[in-house]
Amino acid sequence: MAAKKKNTEPIKHSLIPEHKKLSEKEKKELLEKHGISVYELPNILASDPALRGMDVKPGDIIRIKRKSPTAGVTYAYRGVVNG
Amino acid sequence: MEEEKYVYKFIDSIKFGVLSPKLIKKMASAKVVTPELYDKEGYPVDGGLMDTRLGVIDPGLKCRTCGSKLKECPGHFGYIELARPVIHVKFIPVIMTILQSSCRDCGRILIPKNKIEKYKQLFDQVENEYGASERRKKIKEVISGLKSVNKCPHCGAKQQKITIEKPTTILENEKRLSPIEIRSRLERVPDSDCEVFGLNTKVVRPEWMVLTVMPIPPVTTRPSITLESGERSEDDLTHKLGDIVRINQRLFENINAGAPEIIIEDLWDLLQYHITTYIDNSIAQLPPARHRSGQPLKTLTERLKSKEGRIRHNLAGKRTNFSARTVISPDPMIKLNEVGVPKVIAMNLTVPERITSWNEKYLRAFVERGPENYPGANYVVRPDGKRKKITDETKEQILEELQPGYIVERHLMDGDIAVFNRQPSLHRMSMMCHRVKVLPDKTFRLNPAVCHPYNADFDGDEMNLHIPQTEEARAEAEILMEVQTQLISPRYGLSVIGCVQDAISGNYLLTKEGTEMSYKEAVELLVGVGVEDISRLPKKEKVTGKEVFSALLPKDFNFTGKSREKSGPDAEVVIKNGKLKSGVMDKANLGEGQGLMLRNLHKKYGPAETIDILGKMFRLGIKYLLKHGFTVAISDTDLPPKAREKIEETMDAAYAEVNNLILQFNQGRLEAFPGRSVQETLELKILEVLNKARNRAGEIVEENANWSHTIVMTRSGSRGNIINLAQMAACVGQQAMRGKRIEKGYFERTLSCFEPRDLSAPSRGFIRNGFKDGLKPAEFFFMGMTGRDSLMDTALRTPKSGYLYRRLANAMQDLRVEYDYTVRDARGQIVQFRYGEDGIDVSKSENGRINVRKVLESIS
Repeated sequence: MAAKKKNTEPIKHSLIPEHKKLSEKEKKELLEKHGISVYELPNILASDPALRGMDVKPGDIIRIKRKSPTAGVTYAYRGVVNG
Repeated sequence: MEEEKYVYKFIDSIKFGVLSPKLIKKMASAKVVTPELYDKEGYPVDGGLMDTRLGVIDPGLKCRTCGSKLKECPGHFGYIELARPVIHVKFIPVIMTILQSSCRDCGRILIPKNKIEKYKQLFDQVENEYGASERRKKIKEVISGLKSVNKCPHCGAKQQKITIEKPTTILENEKRLSPIEIRSRLERVPDSDCEVFGLNTKVVRPEWMVLTVMPIPPVTTRPSITLESGERSEDDLTHKLGDIVRINQRLFENINAGAPEIIIEDLWDLLQYHITTYIDNSIAQLPPARHRSGQPLKTLTERLKSKEGRIRHNLAGKRTNFSARTVISPDPMIKLNEVGVPKVIAMNLTVPERITSWNEKYLRAFVERGPENYPGANYVVRPDGKRKKITDETKEQILEELQPGYIVERHLMDGDIAVFNRQPSLHRMSMMCHRVKVLPDKTFRLNPAVCHPYNADFDGDEMNLHIPQTEEARAEAEILMEVQTQLISPRYGLSVIGCVQDAISGNYLLTKEGTEMSYKEAVELLVGVGVEDISRLPKKEKVTGKEVFSALLPKDFNFTGKSREKSGPDAEVVIKNGKLKSGVMDKANLGEGQGLMLRNLHKKYGPAETIDILGKMFRLGIKYLLKHGFTVAISDTDLPPKAREKIEETMDAAYAEVNNLILQFNQGRLEAFPGRSVQETLELKILEVLNKARNRAGEIVEENANWSHTIVMTRSGSRGNIINLAQMAACVGQQAMRGKRIEKGYFERTLSCFEPRDLSAPSRGFIRNGFKDGLKPAEFFFMGMTGRDSLMDTALRTPKSGYLYRRLANAMQDLRVEYDYTVRDARGQIVQFRYGEDGIDVSKSENGRINVRKVLESIS
């Protein structure tokens, strides 16, 4: 039943951390802070299930909010690539 | 100066390419035309493989190219002109892809004209974004799609199917392509198309992969050996080259004489075979070329490849001078940062010292003693770099010419700097700098407290010692690597060095509530340990153990913590103003990698002080134990009759319960756990009951065992735990294999002495007896089973986990924390956005945490 309609909703699950696309301004700030280009970031595929329902294109940056055993909450950044 | 004659060059870049026939001829200094090596007089033949223009290996001869003698001439390349072209085996895959994806007529790549530029741009873009290796992958991807194109988009010619018959035959439509044909096709590929294949035509033209001339390596790379009988034995490469030259000459003669095509082709194939095996003699489809004795020749590829090859054996596997290796043994009376070096080794390892006007007398004395008398010297180095061995004959003369500027290589002495190491070096603490202490006998001695960072024990372990030879190296080792600087582990932020074994037992007994001794005894103890300042000991008739221990602590040291004791007066460790007020010193505070006491000492008083205190604590522990006496006996496992009765009762009760469970199971009354079958439920329940019973037995043992040294060891944490004692005194417990009770053996039973399908405790490996009472035969057998199983398990797991660790270490070796706290690899790719996600340098923390309150208190 549910499989009939193509699911465009992002997956909601306690084990999937929050993924957020950075705005152009935030993106610039991040890249300037570390003095890098998008290519120095770890990658995430545009087809990654966690990005489902999000309007992303290669070159965007995704911020992932994670729970960390050492720091409580940490943010990781991923550069979107084709695939 | 002497050095001025050398020209120093710095490598700016390295370019890899394929040698062109032109270049081969250009760099050659001789053309080889004859397979003969020497003439009748034993003199190298001109135009032969040992031609003196290719370098010299005989003493007395001069190189005709550079004019230098043996050992000075580096050797020079030669070349031979091949009668017919021959394919280079190592380039077969490249040749194949080019043939398959270029036109057989016009030589253009099988991509339409307008698309070529587009692909080139795509490759450039990929390289920019992901690097050169990704570009290579992309090229492969594009090229592999061209094999199926069967019409040339440039000239419209129909393409044929090209296959390979290993190792070196290339077929087109089942018909053989000769190397001449292959070469002419490769020649036709234009430079611009080569670029799409990923070839830089300035250094690689595809036709160069088919050889028309071949370089002959210098004689110096294939020296012949003169046997004792005076006979010469040539190198494998020379043999192989001789074959090549011989066949090549025959081929020339046959072609010139107009011999039939079949004969020429046979010789050509033979030439191909010889050149192929000259390059690589371990190709699967080709029979290896052999010596007359039958052993395969070692040709070019074999020289480089695999573990015994040039790369792994000679380049990666360098051996080092000024190092020593021997068995290690413990010596708690030397300092933690010392290493005991056997005198024989000390007389072999040397430290170079330069003579100046200030130390001339001091160094002269070493030379006078010579190599045979201990603090002597083995060599003297003159200012011009000549080394002279000191012997009884040369001594007089050396002493005469000795003057400032000379370097004396004197024997190793107390206090010299040495780097000590034990493999596997998984840690930075696996290589630490120690001070030398020359001792008699033949083993390296180390303080047992530093066993932990090296992961060493004394069951036959060997360790390596290296002696730095320059002031810079010594300073670096001392500042960066000395034992005290490695005290705090970067893994968990606690001391990796602490008390072990008897040192913990001793300190436990000493600092336990109620330990007392006379003032005199205490002083004797402390002096024996190396304490000079006795004023810290209160002047009383009787002093407590805690007061003795406190004499080691700094006057203003404050600390609160916990001991392993759960309750009682010794549970809370309180140190105030350098006095141990309460609490017992056990593993929780003295142990390696545990407790904050050592960590706090290090933070407040620094590495040198801490290592000193640590050494004294260690010695205090063992000295006290020596005085106190320490032994274990079988009677340690004695239990009062009442306790034994109690244990019997619990065992009987457990057995009854197990039987009851089995009965329920057999009657089908047992209810399964969710997600489990009834059998699994039964097993789980039985295991639970039996484990409970064993633990109960353990508790009874703990409550009732007489106070003994066995108990002291378990309480202090120096060795063993209460379960070990319970296994000896009361009950060994369930033997498990793969987390289950034992079920292997005969059909439906474990051993023939049990009934089939017997699920009871004893038939499935429960050992009711303790080691002291002795095991029943079946119990003993079960124990043997699990013992063997665990032995196998550890023997198999150690190399596996070692390899896993190695892979991790290699993958992460060049990660580093940048100034913005991000962790990046060598290319600048970000791995973590904050080191460890919290940015804490663990070696500067306390067990990975930062105690903010303490920081605040220290500021205000």
